[in-house]
Amino acid sequence: MINIENIRNDFPILKRKVHKDKALVYFDNAATTQKPIQVIDAISNYYLNYNSNIHRAVHELAEEATIAYETTRDKIAKFVNVKNREEIIFVRGTTEAINLVAYAWGRQNVNKDDIIITTEYEHHSNIVPWQLLTKEKGARLEYIGVDDNGELLLDQLDKYLETGRVKLVTFSQMSNVLGTITDSEEIIRRCKKKGAKVLVDGAQSVPHLKVDLQKLDCDFFAFSAHKMLGPTGVGVLWARKELLENMVPFNGGGDMIREVHKYETTWNDLPYKFEAGTPNIADVIGFSAAIDYLEKIGMDKVREHEIEITKYALDKISEIKGIKLYGPMDTAKRGGVISFNLGDIHPHDLATIIDEDGVAIRSGHHCAQVLMERLDVSATSRASFYIYNTKDEVDVFVKSLYRAKELFRL
Amino acid sequence: MSSADIYREIILDYYRNPRNYGKLTNPDIAQRDSNPLCGDELEMHLNIKDNNVVDVKFTGKGCAISQASASMLTELIMGKSFEDVKKLSKEDILDNLGLHDLGPARIKCALLSLKVLKSGLYSYLSEKLQDAASADKIKEEASGLY
Repeated sequence: MINIENIRNDFPILKRKVHKDKALVYFDNAATTQKPIQVIDAISNYYLNYNSNIHRAVHELAEEATIAYETTRDKIAKFVNVKNREEIIFVRGTTEAINLVAYAWGRQNVNKDDIIITTEYEHHSNIVPWQLLTKEKGARLEYIGVDDNGELLLDQLDKYLETGRVKLVTFSQMSNVLGTITDSEEIIRRCKKKGAKVLVDGAQSVPHLKVDLQKLDCDFFAFSAHKMLGPTGVGVLWARKELLENMVPFNGGGDMIREVHKYETTWNDLPYKFEAGTPNIADVIGFSAAIDYLEKIGMDKVREHEIEITKYALDKISEIKGIKLYGPMDTAKRGGVISFNLGDIHPHDLATIIDEDGVAIRSGHHCAQVLMERLDVSATSRASFYIYNTKDEVDVFVKSLYRAKELFRL
Repeated sequence: MSSADIYREIILDYYRNPRNYGKLTNPDIAQRDSNPLCGDELEMHLNIKDNNVVDVKFTGKGCAISQASASMLTELIMGKSFEDVKKLSKEDILDNLGLHDLGPARIKCALLSLKVLKSGLYSYLSEKLQDAASADKIKEEASGLY
């Protein structure tokens, strides 16, 4: 068991009040998580004590900053079990990582009539880059559908794989709306047999589950620091070395070059070939502290805690008359995300009402309008949990839902 | 303002039983817009005769505030002169709804209907009445709403 009280003490923001005197119940963790003091201190320590640019200067500050930045790369490689540290590319976030692959790999490898497959439960960041690419190339974008339980209809994948034209299959390891944990290994196994490359969006999974990239065996993997206690503006693209070596750069500029002449440039080695310009040094260093924090707790414990709190919340919420829950009810198949609707209360009205009780949830389409269409709703409310959330907070949330019902005379 | 003040009986009534809900065939003005942040959608249809609004309907989906606001706006402009409708302000809409001090996120819900109306008037003024000066003025008002 994790000691929630100790954990909560590390998060200064959890002590603040909202709407004058209400304790903050932060259930919008799928959007971004709060930051422990260790992360905030790491960032401020960099600016206070060794702020400098990395990689080229020879002075002591630069050396300290370079070591801190590059040590983060090693930590991440270990955290998601990657063999080669140079396969870890720092980007701004998952969105940029996916766009990087679409641009630097997609434009070279996807041709007319080729097929790219995504799923109906993707975030817009794993749909729009592929629309741009397939439109440019005259290629096709196809979807794996979602069943009524919120799980992928994998048979639809086979149909497309049979054509032999599938270049890439891309999907999130955990849905940001339904919480569904994708059967990633099965999808990857099927794709490998047919020679299709696989990109996995780990934005929702890496913060909450133990992820082992060597075991997963995909080709590209993306995730963001800010959804796992780290700062905004930092993310990771991991890709196989042989793919990265054959890809064109995404951005041109400093740091990504070996030699620049008037009309020709040779590229720097991996990972620097893909890290043009001064990177987000401070936040990469903050990310390092976030990983330390999660490793200290242990990802198995994180998952255990979330299963417990999700089970408790699902039980309590399903008792409310008029509630409609989306996604699998089996917590073995879902992360700590609960999407729902209550009677005819629009999610924005619901979120406004319960916000008054200090409960922060998300309402809207969650950047997943394709899924909203599939569910035949314009929006849902979404509560999402993390390591610092408690059952008492779930009680406050549920009580607030009853108040919303009352206000709407339901 | 508190939820109890926002979700009064009248707002809920207009949300659940919207007046003037539907579409017109061959309307003089047909305008649609959505709020990309929350996905609220609204379409308004108007018929204009002798410089008066002789018929108005709306369709849409969204929160209670946006839908009640649209429905109440249709009642407000029905039968009004075109000149009066052109002059409608943000304050008129909020007065009509009885909603003041909405936060920055929710005020957009309340004003989406006026934004759609003003955009519709813009098209009508610029394309049918060829009144570029009034059209530009109303376009500016629409974009300045939020």
